Amino acid sequence: MKEVIIIKLGEIVLKGLNRKTFEDRLIKNIKHRLHKIGPCKVKNSQSIITVAPVFDDIDIDEVADCISHIFGIAAFSRACVAEKDIENIKITSAEYLKDHFDRITSFKVEAKRSDKKFPFTSPEIAREVGGYLADTFPEVTVDVHDPDAVVTVEIRDDAAYIHSEVLKGAGGIPVGTGGKAAILISGGIDSPVAAYMMAKRGIELTAVHFASPPYTSERAEEKVVGLLERVAKYSGRMTMYTVPFTKLQEEIRDKCHEEYFTIIMRRFMMMLSERIAKQNECQALITGESLGQVASQTIGAIACTDIACDMPVFRPLIGMDKEEIITISRKIDTFDISIQPYEDCCTVFTPKHPRTRPVLKNVLAEEQKIDYEPLFSEALQNLKVTEIN
Amino acid sequence: MEEIYLDNSATTKVYPEAAEKAFQMMTRYYGNPSSLHSKGLEAEHQLTAARKIIASSMNALPEEIYFTSGGTEGNNTAVFGAVNALKKRGNRIVTTAIEHSSVMEAMQKLEKDGFEVIYLSPDINGKIRIDDVRSAVTKDTILVSIMAVNNELGSIQPIEKVHRIIENAKSPALFHVDAVQAFMKMPLVPKKYGIDLMTVSGHKIHAPKGVGALYIRKGVRILPLHSGGLQEKGIRPGTEPVPAACAMGVAVDMLSADHERHDIILSLNSYCREKLSEISEVVFNSDNDALPYIINISIPGFRSETLLHYLAEKNIFVSSGSACAKGHKSHVLASVGLDGDRIDSALRISFSEDITKENIDYLILCLKNAVSSLARSK
Repeated sequence: MKEVIIIKLGEIVLKGLNRKTFEDRLIKNIKHRLHKIGPCKVKNSQSIITVAPVFDDIDIDEVADCISHIFGIAAFSRACVAEKDIENIKITSAEYLKDHFDRITSFKVEAKRSDKKFPFTSPEIAREVGGYLADTFPEVTVDVHDPDAVVTVEIRDDAAYIHSEVLKGAGGIPVGTGGKAAILISGGIDSPVAAYMMAKRGIELTAVHFASPPYTSERAEEKVVGLLERVAKYSGRMTMYTVPFTKLQEEIRDKCHEEYFTIIMRRFMMMLSERIAKQNECQALITGESLGQVASQTIGAIACTDIACDMPVFRPLIGMDKEEIITISRKIDTFDISIQPYEDCCTVFTPKHPRTRPVLKNVLAEEQKIDYEPLFSEALQNLKVTEIN
Repeated sequence: MEEIYLDNSATTKVYPEAAEKAFQMMTRYYGNPSSLHSKGLEAEHQLTAARKIIASSMNALPEEIYFTSGGTEGNNTAVFGAVNALKKRGNRIVTTAIEHSSVMEAMQKLEKDGFEVIYLSPDINGKIRIDDVRSAVTKDTILVSIMAVNNELGSIQPIEKVHRIIENAKSPALFHVDAVQAFMKMPLVPKKYGIDLMTVSGHKIHAPKGVGALYIRKGVRILPLHSGGLQEKGIRPGTEPVPAACAMGVAVDMLSADHERHDIILSLNSYCREKLSEISEVVFNSDNDALPYIINISIPGFRSETLLHYLAEKNIFVSSGSACAKGHKSHVLASVGLDGDRIDSALRISFSEDITKENIDYLILCLKNAVSSLARSK
């Protein structure tokens, strides 16, 4: 029995004249993401995208799982393909729906006939197939008002498609249609969630991670790779840049007043990220900041770090509680990795009493004590590049 | 750059001879010792030979050696096996606050099950006081479990007197010794000390990971943890880890024949201690009379992890606390009464005989550089 996946578009349908751009990008994304599973035909006709594995040995469960992580898809169904012959459609439906009908108590059949040459009208098809299913599964009754399942039979030009369960898609809009941005990723709970949320709004990601060996371990960096691999299930592939940050941190410690350590460090992170972002045609930065969560995420501190770069900075978690963030991190399966206990570069030199209400003028005066340009160039020349697939 | 591996208490490099033996057992004598045919028999012969070597290294009988998958399985089998066999005769268990997690966690589980577990605290040098053992063991005590050598500090425990205490208390208790860190590193004859159960592991002594042995004194009965076949007399059912066990036999044989090793380690230890003392920030956590294979130090102000990674960049490998406790504060160092700063900056240096004085010099040089260049924690 040949199975395909039928995709219902999400918000894209609201996009008016741009709709074609969005649809094309979505199809490109689907093709690209399915590539590693195996060759699939992706067809867009009559406003419905159909994904059909080319070979029988391609695992349709894996294809469905992959589809469920692609942004721009509101819902999808697995469907069975049948020859356009009413008897054949009945038999195939019963066989295909057997497992699903074990779990439900009522159903109804809807038919859509776009191939008008087919000798039965839509109501006739619904009646024929419905009657046959009711006979085959006597425990499941027909209920046209509030059924557990709606079986849909579509008669298209090439074949008949039978499906019943509608599965939830990842929502959002296709990655790439919202431009490109760089996520500052630490290894904690927040930044992968922030990355996921912006990818959902169509943003293609580039990742920037700051490493401070020997204060941070190789395992901390591996952890970030692991997190980004989980995010990439939604966002698609991305490039991760690891910035060697030790010298800059040591310089801040040596030259600046302790209570400004964190704020200056974060300003440097923003500046370096902006440069990496520009080299990679990104138009914005993304951080996992949530207002008031830690000393460097107060309104005053954010004002001081925000001004360190010219790009817009997206902070999708700014108004969220930790619990809400954790809920999403569990959903996207990054939580378990995030809580592994490795030191990240934000905690190494953390002062006991950081400034929670820094005054920009004073911060800048402290920062001036460091001749950071040569150190920035050195760091940028020694970026480590990791491809995340 | 040469590798300077100073984390031999975590695991060791397998002797090539032992690795070859394992290879031979996998490709030539690959039979199942339980099989009746000649392929099975030849594997059984090999396993018996290894069993004899391990038995004779501790002056025990071959039938007193039970192969396990390693230290954790050995400790669990001994602790739960003894308690399950004796639970009708008492409710009290005596152990220490500085056991390896495979004993500690087992004890905490027994405590939840309603047993009264006494955790003896060590002195500042990480040693249990024998008087504390004496007052803890009562006539309803069913198990006394004390490690021979602590894995983090190297402190040697007074296990030789425990047997007499159990006898005097008229207690039915079995005496278990976790000898994972001590095996082949100090004289250890269970019969002489009245030890009933003793755990050893292969990969700490240049044999592969995945094998260990539990000594069970002849006549002592414990209950198995797992259900299965009759291998290892049903105490440890499951096909024996033949390749690793035979490799362990080879390693034990080589170590038994090497009479210079102990002196080499002693002189490395005193050289290293002397050189470490040149760094004024260094504080010794291990006492002078600890097992010479282990030196535990702290450099307050520098986090263990930072120092460890710094040294790793120079191809020197040491441990922060114990390798099993990645990211957790050491319960051992806390129980000997060290303050947080010293625990946070603890490093364990553990030797094997192939370490040279030049290696130590390089370690010291790197530590000096670390102290002068790295950021101090706050």
